[in-house]
Amino acid sequence: MNKGVAITGMGIISAIGNSVEENYHALINGETAITTIENINTVHVNVMKVGEIKKTNEALAAELGLSPDNSFSRTAMIGTIAAKQAVKNAGITAINEYKTGLISASSVGGMDITEKHYYDYFNHPELVKYIGSHDGGDVAQKISEELGLKGFVTTISTACSSAANSIMLGARMIKSGKLDRVIVGGTDALAKFTINGFKTLMILSDTYNTPFDNNRKGLNLGEAAAFLVLESDEIVKKENKKVLARVSGFANANDAFHQTASSENGEGAFLAMEKAFKTSGLKPSDINYINVHGTATPNNDLSEGRAIIRVFGEGNIPDFSSTKPFTGHTLAAAAAIEAVYSVLAIQNNVVFPNLNFNTPMEEFNMIPQTELKHKNIEHVLSNSFGFGGNCSAVLFSKAHE
Amino acid sequence: MNKTYINGVGCVSAQKTFDTVFLEEAVLNENDNLLPIQAPVYKDFISPAMIRRMAKGVKNGIVASALAMKEANLENPDAIITGTGMGCIEDSDKFLKALIDNNEEFLTPTSFIQSTHNTVGSQIALSLQCKAYNFTYVNAAVSFESALLDAKMMIEEDDANSILIGGIDEMGDYTASLFKLAGFIKEDDGGPYPLLDSKTTGVVYSEGATFFVLENKITETTYAEVLDVEIQNTIELDEVEAKAAEFLKSNNLQISDIDAIVLGFDGDVEFDTYYKKLTENSFVNTPQLYYKHLSGEYNTASAFGLWTASKIIKRQQIPEILKVNTLQKSQYKTILLYNQYKGIDHSFTLISDVKPQ
Repeated sequence: MNKGVAITGMGIISAIGNSVEENYHALINGETAITTIENINTVHVNVMKVGEIKKTNEALAAELGLSPDNSFSRTAMIGTIAAKQAVKNAGITAINEYKTGLISASSVGGMDITEKHYYDYFNHPELVKYIGSHDGGDVAQKISEELGLKGFVTTISTACSSAANSIMLGARMIKSGKLDRVIVGGTDALAKFTINGFKTLMILSDTYNTPFDNNRKGLNLGEAAAFLVLESDEIVKKENKKVLARVSGFANANDAFHQTASSENGEGAFLAMEKAFKTSGLKPSDINYINVHGTATPNNDLSEGRAIIRVFGEGNIPDFSSTKPFTGHTLAAAAAIEAVYSVLAIQNNVVFPNLNFNTPMEEFNMIPQTELKHKNIEHVLSNSFGFGGNCSAVLFSKAHE
Repeated sequence: MNKTYINGVGCVSAQKTFDTVFLEEAVLNENDNLLPIQAPVYKDFISPAMIRRMAKGVKNGIVASALAMKEANLENPDAIITGTGMGCIEDSDKFLKALIDNNEEFLTPTSFIQSTHNTVGSQIALSLQCKAYNFTYVNAAVSFESALLDAKMMIEEDDANSILIGGIDEMGDYTASLFKLAGFIKEDDGGPYPLLDSKTTGVVYSEGATFFVLENKITETTYAEVLDVEIQNTIELDEVEAKAAEFLKSNNLQISDIDAIVLGFDGDVEFDTYYKKLTENSFVNTPQLYYKHLSGEYNTASAFGLWTASKIIKRQQIPEILKVNTLQKSQYKTILLYNQYKGIDHSFTLISDVKPQ
């Protein structure tokens, strides 16, 4: 078995907390944060619930100490907050001391700001500064500027699996020696664009999302950002760094079935999990916890469940849960926050509960872990799937000296 | 470690680049600030029902990828990796406009579904039934180079034998009007817009799709070997020469080994200074080439640059229209490409002719 790539820092801001500690506290105490929308002026305010970070853009800008003439989108602000936390947590003081990179992920970049001012740009010269804040690269550029990072910076956008892929690329670049250190993750703020997009697809729940429940009605959208610091074993050794956990396996595959729906037998998800095991040298029986994608849409949970059964066997599925009842589905950031949760599960030897579950699905015998459970956790599988048939699986393992 | 070869190319651009040999019909248009693309006959590649539903970026991506795969005689790649700066901006604009105009009511999902940045990569996967690795990079001017770097790593790591990579960007009317307002696109009625003699900021914009088949083996259709690609988010103006030299050194090369340098000059007087640092100093004795006067600027225009460099190595000939200076070489073995946009997202790419195995 290969040793995997060391994770030495984490940062997160989500609906359930503004730090790793706050997120953990909410997870173990069952404190969800799916509520009515407050920060976005939408006509759908009464028919949907979301996982929203209860801070206004002004509050976020103040927290970051941004000057009044800044052109940060909300996506860039929450991304910067999470990335700064991760860098601090990793004990990094000189960001360019080693060959350091940043790999971000976002589904719609600065759309939150574009949709707000779309028609106003022509009459409000003071807003023109935001026109360049739309694309995904702007978010990563702003985060890297705030970190003072000069080096390899890129962004991945494969819809809801994006951040899993940024973790994957980062781990590969450390393994190949292209980078010594890399900050990987993703960020997505809630936007009317995505709220309405998912609404037209009719996969939003009008109440609380209930992953893997037979009566699930769809997902709650959420917003979040999370970043992890990955470092080479040389740095870890030289600086005697604390390793939080390791990225021990990963793979991406395509379902090649439909632009927005998953295939019934979960082919892409199956291939991603299978290949992740192959790259890691781990076996399905080594897994103690699966943090499932579990969006609570009828299509995802059926497809993912079937794929898990194909990989593990129906009687051999380890404890699994979706943490989306806590946070909502945070799109391109989902795999990043769930990577943080996977590491927390390993560090604290806990399985987080799959909230809101009542009725097993009739298609198969898969019951999620519904209560907080303490047990030794050596290896976690985290699944993330996105539009365009994009399927990713990442394995996290306990760091042993 | 496996080497990476370019074995097939396909390009849809503002020039005739898909049914010509090598820019022999290129037309220099200095009068428009938005260069229209030379559209292929889509129905030769895509079913009529699909053509109606697809945005032009998706269509161009499908055509360019089909051309590259056909040339390389590849049916199913081991990975599909795309780069796009602005993504499917037409569908994105369409959905956003409908949303705002109708106060979030009466919306249909089609344009939302197609607005996702990875639409081109996933549509290609869908049409090929390709279940392999499928990534999309969206980081402005290094979107394509990120895909190139990823593919090269996969081939080096023996994770793939054949990979389809591409850079795709489209422009929409409303986004173009915003880009003009912000000064990203040169002013209307400010023409002509001579690129190398530009005195103004902003660029002449366009769109395009350029695909490559990268493989770990030399074939009859091989263009060149990809020696290296490096991405750096910021480089100060006074660092760019040293950075270029450092990149060459890491490949055991010196400036005198470079037979041509392909530069991303885009006519923005503020940032073309980066290219001039190289052309007027370190690379003053190197044949210097440019291409954005033909392709226009867009986030993945650098893929057009790589297409150009690949053709030069394969054909051992440089069309006059690409030349910045008049220097020539008897052979074009090693070409360096350098690109940046607005002083950020710098990339160096190095390709060479193929050594007999």
